[in-house]
This record gives sequence, C-alpha cells and structure tokens, in this order.
Amino acid sequence: MTSPLLELRGVRFAYFHDRPVLDGVDLALHAGERIALCGANGSGKTSLLHLLVGLIHPEAGAVHAFGQPRQSEHDFRPVRARAGLLFQDPDDQLFCPTVAEDVAFGPLNLGLGHDEAAYRVEQTLNALGLHGYGERITWQLSGGEKRLVSLAAVLAMEPEVLLLDEPSNGLDEAAFARLVAILNGLDQAMLLVSHDARLIEALGMRRVWLRAGRIETQ
Amino acid sequence: MSRGERGQGALWSGLAPVRPDAPLLALDARLRILALGAFALVAVGLGHWPPLLATLLLASALALAAALPLRATLKALLVLDGFMLAALLLLPFTLPGTPLFTLFGLPASVEGLHRALLIALKANAVLLAALALVGSLETVALGHALHHLRLPDKLVQLFLFSVRYLDLIQREYARLRLAMRARAFVPRSNLHTWRSYGYLFGMLLVRALARAERIQAAMRCRGFDGHYHHFRHPPAGAHDLQFALLFGATLGALLAWELLV
Repeated sequence: MTSPLLELRGVRFAYFHDRPVLDGVDLALHAGERIALCGANGSGKTSLLHLLVGLIHPEAGAVHAFGQPRQSEHDFRPVRARAGLLFQDPDDQLFCPTVAEDVAFGPLNLGLGHDEAAYRVEQTLNALGLHGYGERITWQLSGGEKRLVSLAAVLAMEPEVLLLDEPSNGLDEAAFARLVAILNGLDQAMLLVSHDARLIEALGMRRVWLRAGRIETQ
Repeated sequence: MSRGERGQGALWSGLAPVRPDAPLLALDARLRILALGAFALVAVGLGHWPPLLATLLLASALALAAALPLRATLKALLVLDGFMLAALLLLPFTLPGTPLFTLFGLPASVEGLHRALLIALKANAVLLAALALVGSLETVALGHALHHLRLPDKLVQLFLFSVRYLDLIQREYARLRLAMRARAFVPRSNLHTWRSYGYLFGMLLVRALARAERIQAAMRCRGFDGHYHHFRHPPAGAHDLQFALLFGATLGALLAWELLV
C-alpha cells in the first residue's frame, strides 16, 4: 500500500493540559479515500483538522503529511497548499471585499501572476456554477452562496486533499443539493467532519468516530 | 445596520446618489480623492470673500454633478455646523480687534466675527465637496483607490478589514443585546446595569478577538505569509483626464483671483 497523504500517529492534544481533547489518535487518509469523522460536540473534530494543517500542534505524537513528518510552521506551509481546509464559518474565510479577490487570494499566495490567477478564478467559479459572481461583495452573499464561494476559494488552490468542517451547516435544500453535487464531482481525497447523516450518506463516505479522544471504526 | 440599509455599500448609505448615472460617479476613484485634496488645500488657503463664495458654488456644482440627495446632504452640513458652533461663537470674543458689541462686559470684535464666518464658509465648502467626490464612493472602491494612490498597505488593509467585519461585529452586538432583552434586561442606573454592560462589551471584545484568530488561521491555510497581493487594477479613461484638466484650471483660476483681489 502507498503511504498515506495525511496521517496522525498517537496524537495527543489539549487546550487545558489535564483535560486532553485528543488522546492517542491514529488516523490515515490515503489517495482517493473519503472518510467521515463523526463525534459529539467538543469531541475534538475541528481540532483534529487544524492539527493536520499545523494551525495547532500536538503535545505528543506525530503529524505526517505527503510522506514527511511535519512539525514547524515552515514544514506546514507547503502542506496547506496541498490540503485545502474549508472552515466551519464561511465568514471566517471570506475576508476580501469581492468574490474574485477572495478566490484569487490563495493562487496569488502560491506565486501565480495576475493573469493566471484571474484565469483560475474564472475557471473555479464556473466549475461551481458561480459564473458572474466575481464582482459580488462577499458580505452581501447569502449563507449558501458564502459556503460555495469559500469552497471555490479552497479549490482554486488545486489541493490534493479536502478537509471539510461541517460544510452543510445552515444550508437550505437547494444549497445542500448543490454542495453534494459539487463534492461528488471532485476526485480529491476528503476528510469530512459532520453531524449531518444525510450529507455523509449522500457522499457515500466511510465513517469513523471520535470518542474519548480516540478514533473508533465502529 | 442591516444588510438592506447598507445599500450598495456606499460609504454612507444616506448619501446614495439620486441618479446612478450622474456624471461625477463615472470618474475614477483615485482622481476623485486627489481632486478633493486639491480642492481642500485651495479652499483653506483662500482669504477673500469673492473667491471663497466661488468655491462654495463649485462645491455645490460638484454635489449636483454627483446627484447627492438634498435632504441628507443638508443634514450632514448641519451636523458639521453644530459641531463648530461653539468655536464660531467664541471667536468674536477671543480675537482682539475693533469692538462690534459687548455681551456681559465682553467685547465682540469685527475681526473675530469675520474670521468665524470665513471658517464656517470654508468648512462647509470642503465638506460639501467631500460628500460629492468621496462620500458617494463605494467603500471597496475607496479602499482600492487608496492602495493605488500608494497609501501604506497596512492602513488600506485595516480599512478594508474594518469595512468587512464591522457589520459582523455589529450583528454580534445586536444578537447579544437581544439575548439580554429576552431575559428582561432593562438598563437602569444601577450596578447591575453597569456590570451587565461591562460583560456585554467584554464578550464582544473576546468574540472579535477569537474571530480575528480564526480569520488569520483561514488566511494562513491559503498560503498567506504576511504579504498581500492586490488583484484589481482600475483603469483611468479619457473623461477622467477631461475632468482633471477642467477642475485643475478652475482651482487655478480661484487661486489667481485670490491673489488679484
């Protein structure tokens, strides 16, 4: 078997030292795999995603990404370009005034020129059925539109892995159907954090549970 | 401020132009900011009545060209005059000169009154021009224009971030206030009220800070390393050049008038 894209080995993480959120987590995500991570509120699902891209760091254990151990901020920078994290609240992610600028933000940071970035913005928006949204003001979008635009902003960096944090939160029927169609049309490996049984069902994902700080497959 | 009240994102929603096709609104944002700067410098430098009255006329012409709504504009000017009233009323008494009349034994000078009227006229002319030239700009357009005018990136970012998140923080504040009212909170002048307001603003700060951290994390996830790449490049057109020449010539004429009077 090839080495996993992302892997946690015996990871322990705590916000308060005596109460660890994650306590010996082992999890591996391979190419083409789609895993749904379930668990109660506060069981550490979001923390787990943030550990994978180095926004927070484990107290013990190791994070491996794309075949290498990752520890410092420097190690994680290239990881974030290849593993796109979709945040729980699109308002945290959409900080640019217009949609086009927000979607271009990642590609420009990757060193693309203005024209290449503009081309990628257009391509990504079109692929998500958001044609003509470029000049829209981000804070005036509806909840569903914000979600799709923040997904576009992640996809514009052409990541190999998608980390999705409660992507169906607050979506109505139409927006939900659109999101499912888009996600099912992508070929990236995915790690989804969600309470939404309907979404997990619709995406046909393998489930794992986070209980008492450990991963359980049953 | 709800989404609807904010309108098209104009700097101040009350100043949304009456006609969206007004000639001034088509002008480049950078040019409008520079024109305002030049106008303010000239207006402040003038000391004689005739050219000063002409600047007020010019400002009114700009307001017409920007199709500013009459009532909201007058209201904005009144607010300014209200602010300046105290200073203007005191000037005749503080500036020594030919006495005009005395009040409670204090002489009011002709020079002071003259100076007060000059200041009021200048301030109103500059504010009116500001409302016409910059007040009708969309906030985002203003931010971009400031960036292209080579203003420090940090300031421009601070401005754009404020625009983006002020609304969100305001909504958070409204939600917290509503939750307080839902539990029968009525502000009174007692310790409970002050403590509750303390908690409210403390919570607002904590939440804003937490939000700022999440936004920064999201930016890092998209490869942000502290350097911001701007994306939009608005082009300037022929009508911008025409306006610049005409406006520059008018300001020059005003200055010449001032020197000749």
